[in-house]
Amino acid sequence: MKPPRFDFVRPETIADVHDVLAQDGDEARIIAGGQSLVPMLSMRLARPKVLVDIMRIPALATIAAGNDSIKIGAGVTQTALLAWPGLSARQPLLAAALPWIGYAQTRSRGTVCGSVAHADPSAEIPLVLLALGGTVKLSSLRGKRLVAAEEFFIGMMSTACADDEFIEAVEIPTARPGHGYAFREYGRRHGDFAIVACAAVAGSRALRFVVGGVADIPAVCDLPNTDGAALDDALDAVARKLDARDDLHATAGYRRRLVRELGRAAVEEARRCRA
Amino acid sequence: MTQPTDNWIGQSIERIEDDALLTGRGRFIDDLGVRPGTMHAAILRSQHAHALVRAIRIYRAVESPGVAAVLTGADVKALSTSLVAGVRAPIECWPIAMERARYVGEPLALVIAADRYLAEDALDLIEVDYEPLPPVVELADALKPELPALHEGLGGNVASDRSFRYGDPDLAFAEAAHRISISVRYPRNSCTPIETYGVVAEYDPGEDAYDILANFQGPFSLHPVMARALKVSGNRLRLRTPPDSGGSFGIKQGVFPYIVLMGIAARVTGRPVKWIEDRLEHLVASVCATNRMTTLEAAVDADGRVRALAWNQIDDVGAHIRAPEPATLYRMHGNLTGAYDIRHVSVRNRVVLTNKLPSGLNRGFGGPQMYFALERLMQRIAIELKLDPTAVIQRNLVRAEVFPYRTATGGLLDSGNYPHAVEVALKDGGYADLCDRRARSRKEGRLYGIGCTAVIEPSVSNMGYITTVLTPEERRRAGPKNGAYATATVAFDPLGSVSVHVASVPQGQGHRTVLAQIVAQALGLAPRDIRVVTDMDTGRDAWSIASGNYSSRFAAAVSGAAHLAASRLRGKLARIASGQLNVASDQIEFASGRAKARGNPDNSVPFERLAAATHWSPGAIAENDQALRETAFWTPPELTPPTPADEINSSLCHGFIFDFCGVEIDRVTGAVRIDKYVTMHDCGRILHPGMVAGQVTGGFAHAVGAALYEEHAYADDGSFLTGTFADYLVPTATEVPTPLILHLETPSPFTPLGTKGVGEGNCMSTPVCLANAVADALSLELIDIPMTPTKLAALIEQDAARRV
Amino acid sequence: MPRMSADIRHRLRFRLNGRAVEGEAEPRMLLTDFLRHALGMTGTHVGCEHGVCGACTIQIDGVPARACLALALQVDGADLRTVEGLAPQSGRLSELQQAFRRHHALQCGFCTAGILMSLDWYLRDHPDPSEAELREFLGGHLCRCTGYTPILAAALDAAKRMREAPPDA
Repeated sequence: MKPPRFDFVRPETIADVHDVLAQDGDEARIIAGGQSLVPMLSMRLARPKVLVDIMRIPALATIAAGNDSIKIGAGVTQTALLAWPGLSARQPLLAAALPWIGYAQTRSRGTVCGSVAHADPSAEIPLVLLALGGTVKLSSLRGKRLVAAEEFFIGMMSTACADDEFIEAVEIPTARPGHGYAFREYGRRHGDFAIVACAAVAGSRALRFVVGGVADIPAVCDLPNTDGAALDDALDAVARKLDARDDLHATAGYRRRLVRELGRAAVEEARRCRA
Repeated sequence: MTQPTDNWIGQSIERIEDDALLTGRGRFIDDLGVRPGTMHAAILRSQHAHALVRAIRIYRAVESPGVAAVLTGADVKALSTSLVAGVRAPIECWPIAMERARYVGEPLALVIAADRYLAEDALDLIEVDYEPLPPVVELADALKPELPALHEGLGGNVASDRSFRYGDPDLAFAEAAHRISISVRYPRNSCTPIETYGVVAEYDPGEDAYDILANFQGPFSLHPVMARALKVSGNRLRLRTPPDSGGSFGIKQGVFPYIVLMGIAARVTGRPVKWIEDRLEHLVASVCATNRMTTLEAAVDADGRVRALAWNQIDDVGAHIRAPEPATLYRMHGNLTGAYDIRHVSVRNRVVLTNKLPSGLNRGFGGPQMYFALERLMQRIAIELKLDPTAVIQRNLVRAEVFPYRTATGGLLDSGNYPHAVEVALKDGGYADLCDRRARSRKEGRLYGIGCTAVIEPSVSNMGYITTVLTPEERRRAGPKNGAYATATVAFDPLGSVSVHVASVPQGQGHRTVLAQIVAQALGLAPRDIRVVTDMDTGRDAWSIASGNYSSRFAAAVSGAAHLAASRLRGKLARIASGQLNVASDQIEFASGRAKARGNPDNSVPFERLAAATHWSPGAIAENDQALRETAFWTPPELTPPTPADEINSSLCHGFIFDFCGVEIDRVTGAVRIDKYVTMHDCGRILHPGMVAGQVTGGFAHAVGAALYEEHAYADDGSFLTGTFADYLVPTATEVPTPLILHLETPSPFTPLGTKGVGEGNCMSTPVCLANAVADALSLELIDIPMTPTKLAALIEQDAARRV
Repeated sequence: MPRMSADIRHRLRFRLNGRAVEGEAEPRMLLTDFLRHALGMTGTHVGCEHGVCGACTIQIDGVPARACLALALQVDGADLRTVEGLAPQSGRLSELQQAFRRHHALQCGFCTAGILMSLDWYLRDHPDPSEAELREFLGGHLCRCTGYTPILAAALDAAKRMREAPPDA
């Protein structure tokens, strides 16, 4: 399993990145940590003409805490974010979800924005981004734009990122007062892709429930703020509406079951955290 | 005879192998240098499970940078013949597809280029025209006459259909108080060593000879198969193994077709050719265990005593009956009654072909499939008769007084005390407490179950067992096959230091350390004084068809041969010493590096001086006492060919395993948690306790994988679903608990050191033990492995729906 | 910003086990192949080439990383450690290596280097892990020989000895 040929550039500024992307368009691929991209190259599932290594751009390697959001640059690794002081206080949902990504040995190089760009249906960070209503900062020679998470993920491993754009950063809202956050995931082994992953954000009136691993993109549902059998019915309705499929690791029915069960556990925990 | 006094055998000394492996100085096949000019191979593989290969257009690949040659089936056919098939039938078995591809992953073409990157670039440029044929995927499909035959010469996909009868099973069934049966399916899985296959092949046109290095594990009965395929005499295929091999568990038996392919590639290009298999290739196209469908019926007395078994086994060997198949089905033939005293047996064995990877050796080799049926049935018997499963097992075990015990099908169980082992295990393992735990858990509404199993673990295969598939008349015509030669050489050099050489080809089992212990003990030296070489060179070493490391033969056969060789040399040295020390040779002891007169330790001579004596003054030594080197050839007389009544002692030694476990199933996810696992092993005399423990925990992990996570899975159209480690799920430290291991030692009377093999046992016992526990937890009559959460959750839901 | 062409080899320099090394690689060359075949550092093994088995785990800039998931050119200027640099000096094994030998935590040895490099980092950061924490961390490695039990025993033993060692040992 050896990669096909490609050119390699190692820009030192964001402007340099824009130039390559403007020139090569869809034949260029950004490489950050490479944890998702390199196996695709080795299996020859990706055949870019040029690889753009963005890990030497200092401006991208920062985590900035704003008033009500955390801005995570494209060069920030999952491990670095996990180790960021105050992460669990500022955004407990991120702190809960990050340890579920792959293995410790891949989080050390895998990036937060790389996971967003890859947009795997069972990935944790896109799910969290959607649950919290985060934004993706895209930039190109044409300028910069902020895209809300729910407009960014458009299909299985497919995003609104144009050929000449790249993700410069993601912005994730910090925890809001009076809100509780919870994350649940089930996979065959700890580092495996999620069979079902979900996040619950419980406010005083609102209850947001996001499910990944079932459909092409995580499904965002704003549930009625009920309990008991009514909540079960609401979760069941979510489960049925999802385009769950049978695959090697789980049947559609099993996934729906997990949506109901993990969903309930997540909702209950989120409510407890509110208190 | 003199007796050694330093006691190394039985100690867990630190391994000689470890220093190099811990510091990155291992010598695995891809770590070794190659000759300048060596080229690299990449293989184009079939995308279809079953298709005619109408055309392969290679002209663009041939022009690709760095490419020396592109070979297809025609090129291979021109320089070789078909590999020998395992049954007498007009079919062929090539290492590359000819006009038809029969499994996803089957080689179609070979590119030889300056490096692997360039070779893969050329693969991209090859175009294949396929004409897909209906695939035969499920085992049951192989029995359907309307589906195409994979090999026309067979006329269908049933390659062999043999029936056997021992005792009077019809009478036993007619008289039985109960007839209880079970149907089980065993899936495909593979032990996937972390190091894949590697081959470096050379061909010398002047001598018409091949020289090939490969991490092949044996059995070397495959050497003549390769030599014949390459159309050379045995002495023109020099096959060598690297010093280190990264695990095998049977799988590296299956590198042999690739050895043939790369040999031909070297011949065509006139250059050495190297191929290192990648993981995707390994999963789709190395080897895996057979999948099997079994119906097993028992004739049972009212008290649970089993009087007869009726076996109906169908083994799916995949797209070719590639040697040594159908060995998976016949390896256990002498042990079809397991640990039990059952005198009446009928067997119907069928071998079928499907459009899947050809099968081969895999840890346990036929045992996991067989015991899954037998031990699930024993649990069903207990349930139907409302007895405790351990009581049913106890009632049927072969008793201690009857060893050596001839089984109904011809196996000869060497030694053991099965009832005692079970008692000790139940007591020391805490079975009663576990039953209490189950009761408490169930009271809390939890899904908790207990399973148990008793298993005979055979080791040291009788090379003749595979001929059981032939009829007695066919065997008579072909000539007898039997036995299991093990060889070992102990040598002294002119400085009097000791070297040992065996054809044992270890893949991590610490042979160099254990052999150093054995030879050191025999000669009164320390293990670090003994230098051991275990890599193999058919051009130089003493070897036979049984050579290699498989069927857990090392402890019993190879160690024994080394002990014999060392003992003979000691005898000679004693006679040489007797002249120097002026005492009778039977008064001489070897200890602490010296030969001493018994009772007068000051009267001694250094070991090196004696050992070097033959080099320096051969004239002073009687011819029969020359002590330069000794090669012991050992084949146990108990391994006889199959009788005209189809009785076969398929293995020399038999260890005993009794396992029990407690599991809990998560009501929400259906996941199985192994709460407690107890495994009692009687593997005969233990040479190195630490290594034995490692074999048990390693086998246990493979078995947990088979039981809960692993399946070599194919879709309905024959496409391969578990092609990466993200889909073929090997359990990690998070998934594999630590079992409680208990031991008994009843030495084997048939091996020089009283040892038996221990490498495969838990692969045979653990999957069915866990299945029994899950069946107990969920009150299931039928359960398939792997017992995935999705399967169990569905069963829990169905059950809940029934209760509502 | 230079564009490194696919068709030629480009110079790279980095530190390996404390010493400066240099070589050349095409952009597509995997770090595993560069270490093993360009530099002859064959202690790092290749088990799957897609980042799951962990056999190729080394340390890059102080953290464990899969060498099969890195391109050689990506580590230009970086600080790498491999199993060959684990022993404190030739002929002396580290505490962790000794514990592996004592507990028979390796059989074929093919997965061992990766596990050692992972644990070497982990035990520095987590000097007193529980067995459960170790099991979870080791979930990033596949071993087919040992069943993990002796590896855990070795890691716990090494951690204990390192905690109890005098500070200047």
